[in-house]
Amino acid sequence: MDRVILHCDLNSFYASVEELYHPEYKNVPLAVGGSEQARHGIILAKNQLAKKYKIQTAEPIWQAKQKCPNLVVVPPSFDKYVYFSNRVREIFQEYTDLIEPFGIDEAWLDVTGSQMLFGDGKCIADTLRMRIKEELGITASVGVSFNKIFAKLGSDYKKPDATTVITRENKHLIVDPLPVEDLLFVGKSATKALHACGIYTIGQLANTDCAYLEKVLGKMGKMLWCYANGLDTSEVKPWGYKEDAKSISHGMTTKRDIRNVMDAKMVLSLMAEEVTSDMRIQKVVCKKVCLFMRDVNLRVFQRQCVLPKKTQCASDILDAVMKLLSKHYDFEIPLRSIGIRVMDFESEESGRQLSLFEDAIHDEKGEQLEKTVDLIRKRYGFTSIKRGSMMEKTDLFD
Amino acid sequence: MKTRVDVVCVHFKDGHIKPLEIVWDDGRRFSIDQILNIMPAASMKSGGVGMRYTCIIHSHKRYLFLEENHRWFVE
Repeated sequence: MDRVILHCDLNSFYASVEELYHPEYKNVPLAVGGSEQARHGIILAKNQLAKKYKIQTAEPIWQAKQKCPNLVVVPPSFDKYVYFSNRVREIFQEYTDLIEPFGIDEAWLDVTGSQMLFGDGKCIADTLRMRIKEELGITASVGVSFNKIFAKLGSDYKKPDATTVITRENKHLIVDPLPVEDLLFVGKSATKALHACGIYTIGQLANTDCAYLEKVLGKMGKMLWCYANGLDTSEVKPWGYKEDAKSISHGMTTKRDIRNVMDAKMVLSLMAEEVTSDMRIQKVVCKKVCLFMRDVNLRVFQRQCVLPKKTQCASDILDAVMKLLSKHYDFEIPLRSIGIRVMDFESEESGRQLSLFEDAIHDEKGEQLEKTVDLIRKRYGFTSIKRGSMMEKTDLFD
Repeated sequence: MKTRVDVVCVHFKDGHIKPLEIVWDDGRRFSIDQILNIMPAASMKSGGVGMRYTCIIHSHKRYLFLEENHRWFVE
């Protein structure tokens, strides 16, 4: 028997919540945007009227206002969004315990076992939409299908406030003509590679030889072929399920541009403290570190390296990223944001290779010091203790 | 417009709340004759969400909302 998977997507989520609390914004083009003063001035969400002006999520506010001069931009109120997201999940929990969130405003639900109680997939989807609309005043699109990938395609197919059912029978009518970039996990570079092979629709992808796709896109090729053919068998995780983190990253868009190595070191030392603090909470050590940067022209790039030893110590991470920075960046173009990602984790209990040349006692002292800083921050807040050097360039931080 | 009001109510020992009387800003008091329905709902006219009490007040049907922040308003 086929599974019945729902994918529920809250339409223009942030903007809908703002409209609900400010009914006067219902008939104007509205966007939720970050603070332009703090240089987070991008569009986070927009309502249906703003969509007509082709305003895109993540575009700068100034650009959006050029497209639509009377665009109303309101600051985000994340507390409210989290509240609404939790309320929606409470509604889901009345129908199934297999709920896998995908961001704050999307989730998959496996309702295969709930149909005897609440009706078939479409019936449950319609009930969910109706309840979300009536109880919370926002709308949702729901896709119903026999796997997670097609359910997600279904929720994107018709918006707002609609249910789309994709079955094995109507798959060729709904899914096959869709552009290949609509498929989950087909990003910019995969789209480019597929277009170069003459593959423009999901149907064409499904009918391409799997071995050929594997040759072009590697492992990803086989995965996408399976997705396009409705062969995704991944399960909807039970509510509360937590996967072990594969990487931890912290980045920051600074108040002014990062113009030289000293500026960068200041920000990176803070980021190193944050990632290592998270690693200690998760009781892991990392073997690889990645430095990611965005320059003032919004070009993004990253460089990574393997660490000489497994660590959860901020100074080791900082040393590694500073080496990467000086090797790969000359600051001809200032940076707008910078950050650190750590990955390739092992449990902190897994034992460490001692170095012949470095001082293990010194390392242990460093770690002990950082753990103590964690304790102080846990008790008195993150800003209660900071490096003396951080006091110098306060114009970089909020 | 969201009209916030004072409400006289009974808090029962099982946790549920029954509003008895609405007190307007100018001091006028309106007793609630009947509660037809209680359900979580959004107020599309006034904005906001909460527990919606459908009340009969002086033969008129009115929606009275109790928000998460424990404040009442009439739609």
